[in-house]
Amino acid sequence: MADNREITIKVNGKDMTTYVETRLSLGDVLREHFHLTGTHLGCEHGVCGACTVVVDGEPIRSCLMLGVQAHGKEVTTVEGLSKGEDLHPIQEAFWKNHGLQCGYCTPGFLTTLFSFLENNSDPTEREIREAISGNICRCTGYQNIVNAALDAAKVMKGS
Amino acid sequence: MKPAPFKYHDPKTLSELVELMSNLEDAKILAGGQSLMPMMNMRYVTPEDVIDINGVNELDFIKLENDHLTIGSMTRQKDILSNQKIFDKAPIFREALNHVGHIQTRSRGTIGGSLCHLDPSAEIPALASLYDASLTVVNREGSREIHIDEWVLAYMMPSISDEEVLTSISIPVWKNPHGYAFIEFARRHGDFAVCGAGTLVEIDANDIISKVAIVVAGVDVKPLRLSTLETDLIGKKATKDTLEYACSSAKKIEAISDVYFSTQYRQRLAGTLIKRSLEVAIERARIINNDG
Repeated sequence: MADNREITIKVNGKDMTTYVETRLSLGDVLREHFHLTGTHLGCEHGVCGACTVVVDGEPIRSCLMLGVQAHGKEVTTVEGLSKGEDLHPIQEAFWKNHGLQCGYCTPGFLTTLFSFLENNSDPTEREIREAISGNICRCTGYQNIVNAALDAAKVMKGS
Repeated sequence: MKPAPFKYHDPKTLSELVELMSNLEDAKILAGGQSLMPMMNMRYVTPEDVIDINGVNELDFIKLENDHLTIGSMTRQKDILSNQKIFDKAPIFREALNHVGHIQTRSRGTIGGSLCHLDPSAEIPALASLYDASLTVVNREGSREIHIDEWVLAYMMPSISDEEVLTSISIPVWKNPHGYAFIEFARRHGDFAVCGAGTLVEIDANDIISKVAIVVAGVDVKPLRLSTLETDLIGKKATKDTLEYACSSAKKIEAISDVYFSTQYRQRLAGTLIKRSLEVAIERARIINNDG
């Protein structure tokens, strides 16, 4: 007695339609139906932040939103940040500052900071730390992530 | 870590919603999903029907009329944070809401969801208590208003039946400019607080406390208004001794204990946080008095 629906979501600028079970999270829809495996599901109960994607301009946890709830909305995943081979300034800054090691949490940090820096062009270190307080990283100790975010903010402001 | 199968409903109006609720036996309302979704993912909760009310736009509003602030239950926490009207009339909302989760959860989380989930250390129920808020719930027959004191029946249990839905919360804002502070202690910023304290205060030109409200969260199963302490503070001069008095009387609160934090620890935290919030609130009230 599976409950299914057809949904259309604009993912990274492209309308995508699929037929999903209503209990499937947005994160699972992105990964399993649209094969966009850049979004990582970590804890699946809203604690780790790895699954963060941007829905209608707001960062959200894709493990806590159903796929059907994203019907008709615009979603940006980590795959939507770069322009072809050209990395987004935030990705570039993570690379330069060694802002990742294993990379599992990275998509969540990138999407969170993408949305945050779009709305805050001149953030302080404290504001950045608060913005990423909902994302857990077990490799870096956060310092290099904060440095990367500060660098990216400068580049984004200049452009 | 996936929800058990359920039937999904997404009503677009309040009347559709209450109709559904009176017909379904085992339904859960899905508001922002920041508490219900984790519980469903872990299968602590396995409802037969899930009623998603994110499409019921009439529950998403902020109104300020005659010094009464009314907020629709589906208003997102991020929208309350950024609302200038609320900041002008009740600035403590912004300070407190900044402690609610993280940006990703505030994008979805709603004021009504938090009031219905009723975590004992949550900021929004504490604010409701601080302001003597009244809540409106609706079912198919009509609506009723409940004072926040009667809303909290027990640990995480609001006074609402299976056929009712919370539609709005109404708050009498303080007419005069006032000092405020919301301070809490959590292991990590945005995590559930161990304890939080909120204070609103008016002081006169002679530094005498003329009006005060103090709430503490996380020490009892529900937010606790310290009405005896409030009465004691009225007429007192805002001195260090007064702050110490507030601190020592707050330490006598009957606090809960759990495997993480003992009663004594919570009492000490409550005392310290109440003292600090009162101190900051008084300082802000003085600045307002000097500017005015």
